[in-house]
Amino acid sequence: MTPLSRVLEALLFASDKPMSPAECVKHLKGAMEAAPENGDAVALAKCRPDEVASALGELASVYEAEQRGFRLIESGAGWKVVTAPDAAPWVRQLFPENRPSRLSPSALETLAIVAYRQPITRADLEAVRGVNVDGVMQTLLERGVIRIAGRADVPGRPLLYGTTEFFLEHFALRSLDELPNCAELRRVELPVAARPEDQPVLPLDQAPGSHGTEAVSPSEAVLVEEAI
Amino acid sequence: MADAAYKVKLDVFEGPLDLLLYLVRKDEVDIYDIEIGRITRQYLEYLGEMESVDVEIGGEFIVMAANLLYIKSRTLLPVDLQGPVEEEGEDEDPRWELIRQLIEYKKFKEAAGNLRDREEFAAKLFGRTPSAPAVDGGATLLAGEVGTLDLIAAFQRVLARIEKQKGAAREIEADRFTVSEKIEYVLKILPEKEGLKFEELFAGQTTRSEVVATFLALLELVRLRHVHVEQEGPFGEIMLRRRGLAVVPEQDLANLPGSAAPDGNR
Repeated sequence: MTPLSRVLEALLFASDKPMSPAECVKHLKGAMEAAPENGDAVALAKCRPDEVASALGELASVYEAEQRGFRLIESGAGWKVVTAPDAAPWVRQLFPENRPSRLSPSALETLAIVAYRQPITRADLEAVRGVNVDGVMQTLLERGVIRIAGRADVPGRPLLYGTTEFFLEHFALRSLDELPNCAELRRVELPVAARPEDQPVLPLDQAPGSHGTEAVSPSEAVLVEEAI
Repeated sequence: MADAAYKVKLDVFEGPLDLLLYLVRKDEVDIYDIEIGRITRQYLEYLGEMESVDVEIGGEFIVMAANLLYIKSRTLLPVDLQGPVEEEGEDEDPRWELIRQLIEYKKFKEAAGNLRDREEFAAKLFGRTPSAPAVDGGATLLAGEVGTLDLIAAFQRVLARIEKQKGAAREIEADRFTVSEKIEYVLKILPEKEGLKFEELFAGQTTRSEVVATFLALLELVRLRHVHVEQEGPFGEIMLRRRGLAVVPEQDLANLPGSAAPDGNR
């Protein structure tokens, strides 16, 4: 095992939150600054994020190949050490109060559409599902798997929804590209909700320089949600 | 309708499209070859069945029924008698719009199944510190921040305590409490250095109107950034802390939206 791999293994073992290669590099540099006389620290401080990323990838496949009790996975915010899935029945005994909270079928259906077609409006979601999604959206927002991603540049400026980093974590996904079948589903032509549009948008409605979406802070967005 | 296969509860279907998919699958026909007359009949029979067992049928199921009948009526007419098309692209096959919708829906339903498997798998991975149970939106908050829901829950606990104390005999609430009075009170009792527990703020308060006024005062102080609310992890104690400034400017107090005494029963 290379010195880099050993240090990364130690860092991830000790860390209680996921770490990106950039963060690892930051710690490698920090160690050198703290101990400039330490030859190993100086040597490791030269590592670039891409070298760290590939070392992490190798480490992950080593754990996998050796059938260790833990794994290294990349999800959302970065890399983290987790227990092996086949050890779950026993590890679960450690946390009896920590019941896995699963999403309902209707929540999953709605979430799937958001995940593949974000950013998407509520009306377009309803057009795909054929049912009202108000209650489900509230649940998904509260669970932290979706967020308001802005406003659509169409009449009425409806809110747009997208998935959060926690979504990736909840499903142990590296990125949205890792969603099964994503190439096909993202291309799907969606039925679009009937809108009174196709009338030209009044220029008054548009803030100068705003194209596409406009950011809404999550906290503000939740208030908007509750107001509705 | 005697077919036992129909005796599935309506609420197992996520919506009219889900029900249609089920009917198509049951007949083992390709979605592209939907026989509109047959599926419309089955669909209506299904709704009738539900009505007879007193299941409330959602409006969207009725809308779909109307849509199916409309499509059926169009297919029955010879092309030259079909009248002007309502929407562009509808001229080829009136079933097309529905078929397309069903196919899209089917794809996402399958995608939801994939997510379910994925969720199942992810639940088997335990991190160094297991992630907090995602029950209340806490997931989007940074550690130490208090979610609106946490605050409301804590406030409801205080209210529940008061209701319990009240007992059977109802007192006439003569006292009136104003939010600005309570702002001064909160600032007075909030220690300079260490924090105060949320529940302690309401110590000794016995009426609903007083608790409500105090809570509004707290919200106002948070908004004006005089008080900081934090929580030690999920389900932890909610702590109130001062943010330096001790004096609320006069105009801020005067501009309070709820300066008048809150109605105790609101």
